[in-house]
Amino acid sequence: MIRFEGVSKSYARKNAAALTDIDLSIDGGEFVFLVGASGSGKSTFLRLLLCEEKATSGKVIVNDKDVAKIRRWKVPAYRRQIGAVFQDFRLLPEKNVEQNVAFALEVIGEPRAKVKTAVADALEIVGLADLSQRRPGQLSGGEQQRVAIARAFVNKPPLIIADEPTGNLDPTTSLDIMRLLDRINRTGTTVIMATHDAAVVDQMRKRVVELDAGRMVRDQVRGVYGYAG
Amino acid sequence: MRRLMLALAEMWHGLRRNLTMTIAVILTVAISLTLFGTGLLVRAQVDAMKDYWYDRVEVSVFLCGKASDPKACPGGPVTDAQRAEIKAKIVALGPKVQDVYYESSQQAYDHFKQQFKNSPILNNVTADALPESFRVKLANPEDFAQVAAAVATSPGVEQVQDQRKLLEKFFKLLGGLQAIALGIAIAMLLVTVLLVVNTMRVAAYSRRNATGIMKLVGASNFYIRLPFVLEAVVAAGIGGLLAVGALAAEKVFLVDQILQPAFRFTAFVGWQAVVEVMIIVFLTGVILAGGAAWLTVRRYLRV
Ligand SMILES: Nc1ncnc2c1ncn2[C@@H]1O[C@H](COP(=O)(O)OP(=O)(O)OP(=O)(O)O)[C@@H](O)[C@H]1O
Ligand SMILES: [Mg+2]
Repeated sequence: MIRFEGVSKSYARKNAAALTDIDLSIDGGEFVFLVGASGSGKSTFLRLLLCEEKATSGKVIVNDKDVAKIRRWKVPAYRRQIGAVFQDFRLLPEKNVEQNVAFALEVIGEPRAKVKTAVADALEIVGLADLSQRRPGQLSGGEQQRVAIARAFVNKPPLIIADEPTGNLDPTTSLDIMRLLDRINRTGTTVIMATHDAAVVDQMRKRVVELDAGRMVRDQVRGVYGYAG
Repeated sequence: MRRLMLALAEMWHGLRRNLTMTIAVILTVAISLTLFGTGLLVRAQVDAMKDYWYDRVEVSVFLCGKASDPKACPGGPVTDAQRAEIKAKIVALGPKVQDVYYESSQQAYDHFKQQFKNSPILNNVTADALPESFRVKLANPEDFAQVAAAVATSPGVEQVQDQRKLLEKFFKLLGGLQAIALGIAIAMLLVTVLLVVNTMRVAAYSRRNATGIMKLVGASNFYIRLPFVLEAVVAAGIGGLLAVGALAAEKVFLVDQILQPAFRFTAFVGWQAVVEVMIIVFLTGVILAGGAAWLTVRRYLRV
């Protein structure tokens, strides 16, 4: 489903490359942890997938299409196949939970009836059906992240990208969020998650890809956060 | 359709959130468009006057009278024989002359009285001070020099005057005023564009969360930008309506109620010209603001 072929990325204002010569392939339905020290290039990796940045060299191929070659006006349509979740939740503070999730469908022009049922389903899955009228300010961090996941998932995209989704959460809440992502992954959705959270990675025992200063230094099936002895 | 409704709701939200900016845009648009429209109205006025006056311009052959300059009239007031001879010379110009008629001092005074009915100059003028004249209407007003050559040196002629020349000076003056008005208006329109650009920049920045999320979930560029452009267009539209109202007020209160009664001897802009100017002004405002907004958000809300 996803292939990185000799991908390097350097930002215009930086000398050192954020990513160097990444070769990697991820199949549909996989769950992949992206780990590495701060600044190792995890977010850059995800931004390339979201088509927010373009690779300096090499190819990022998603569903047999070179992401760099997508026409600018087709990028929105491409992004509809990807749900994205971030450390800072990125919810709209003046909309309630239901409206925040519905927003993802409304802006792409889905009919009202479909929005209603899809939002109800998504909130049911993340366990927030009871809180649907609350605003983000009235929710805990874990609940807010569930809303964000519901929004990423409401469109049933084949791929979900999560950039440190548990970064702001305590260990118990983090595990809840991980279980949720795992459940979504079991429905066949590919999940790629960048994280610093060793406990979470160790517990889940999924594929682990480690970056160090922009280079891929490990790709381990059923891996752990650090090198297991 | 549903997306349009949502975009409209978003627009309304944006307008209210940036109320001070919105008001600033509305007022700037209203003022600059009023100035712009006034400039255009002055031009329409000059055109109306040109039509009116050029249709009526004549070559005036002033005859010597009691009040004439002795240098031009060494022989004193014109005699009957001289008057007849001058008339014959004018008539001899043939088809170049469309019409010629005689205006006595008394008739000149009557005209003058009518034209300056409300003016105090009237008290200082007597019939004697106004010379008698032949009024020559030319088939082609450019032929003035030939009339002048035919009669200027005839005894009994004080002066041959081309009204066109006088009018041209006057219209040049009006043209200058109009150029200044339009210059200011264009500067103001530029200010309006800059204000819209800046407002949109601020709006794009203050709503970067919402637009960022829209991008993330795959909203099209058009849909993301539409509310911003609609905001600018609605604000400019309101400003444009204010300007249209101001122009209507100029026509009703300034032209129809003050100028028209005071200067009965000339034509003033009619409603048709005013409405044309209103349409031009309104469209200019809306298109400029919408275009400026579109280009700005295109730059600041890149994918
Ligand atoms: N927009 C940018 N412009 C210039 N340099 C950037 C930009 N974004 C990231 N970088 C640089 O690229 C490198 C990789 O950054 P990236 O954000 O991908 O790291 P990360 O692994 O996500 O780090 P963290 O764990 O702290 O989120 C860093 O050296 C960073 O300074
Ligand atoms: Mg990061």
